[in-house]
Amino acid sequence: MNHEHTDLCGELSSQLPDYLDGEAREAICRAIEEHLAECEDCRVVVDTIKKTVTLYRQAPMEQVPSNVHRRLVRVLNLDDLTQPSTK
Amino acid sequence: MDNDLALVQAAQHGDKRAFAQLVEQYEQRVYNLARKMMRDEQDAEDVLQETFISVFRNLGNFHGDSNFSTWLYRIATNASLMKLRSRKPPPLSLDEPIESGDGANALPREIVDWGITPEEALLSGETRAQMDAAIATLPETLRAVFVLRDIEGLSVQETADVLDISVPNVKTRLHRARLLLRESLSIYFKEHAIAK
Repeated sequence: MNHEHTDLCGELSSQLPDYLDGEAREAICRAIEEHLAECEDCRVVVDTIKKTVTLYRQAPMEQVPSNVHRRLVRVLNLDDLTQPSTK
Repeated sequence: MDNDLALVQAAQHGDKRAFAQLVEQYEQRVYNLARKMMRDEQDAEDVLQETFISVFRNLGNFHGDSNFSTWLYRIATNASLMKLRSRKPPPLSLDEPIESGDGANALPREIVDWGITPEEALLSGETRAQMDAAIATLPETLRAVFVLRDIEGLSVQETADVLDISVPNVKTRLHRARLLLRESLSIYFKEHAIAK
């Protein structure tokens, strides 16, 4: 599917960062939501940006491998003072 | 006084146990940031070590003007960026403004709808590897903003403080990063038929 942008799409896209972070003014939110209700392509873009952010936020943290932890405390000369990593 | 500041002050007076507690408390967050910034495990370990060595050496310069975590993230992010920059020709400076005429706010042309696919279906091991690969393709100035804000969960203001850039600059870079990652994941999901 190719998105044929209208001027309105471009105009609203500049407001998207604040909208996506819940910081847009009410009037801007309303204008964006009215546009999204009518413009399927823009709705898909906004939904998939939201999903992208959600996926990254929900991805598990990188656990510190136990050998990496051991080398860190050795370098810092803290061998006896930290709990061993669980991994 | 917050707990971090009490630990820092004790460590400044030579209390190794207090410094060990700070290391324990922040080790995973620094490692997570380093893995997302560097991708390579050995590089991430180097950044982890360099960060805490630098924190130890510079403890005397921390006066509590910012949160300890902000100060720590600044050191870790700088260590990551320095390592990335040591490998390639000089990239854009963090202070360099991003031109507005580069499509920063343009909507993409390729539209693939995977927004309604449940997260569980999207978060397979292969997808996570793809997500990490996509981050690695971001220009480093965008990557740093995205990792701090959307992965480490710092506020926009904290991200600006860590990187010493303005709030509008954080917002612009964050949006560009999100658009690039969205595009990259859209192509991946389209190829893997997860999108409708």
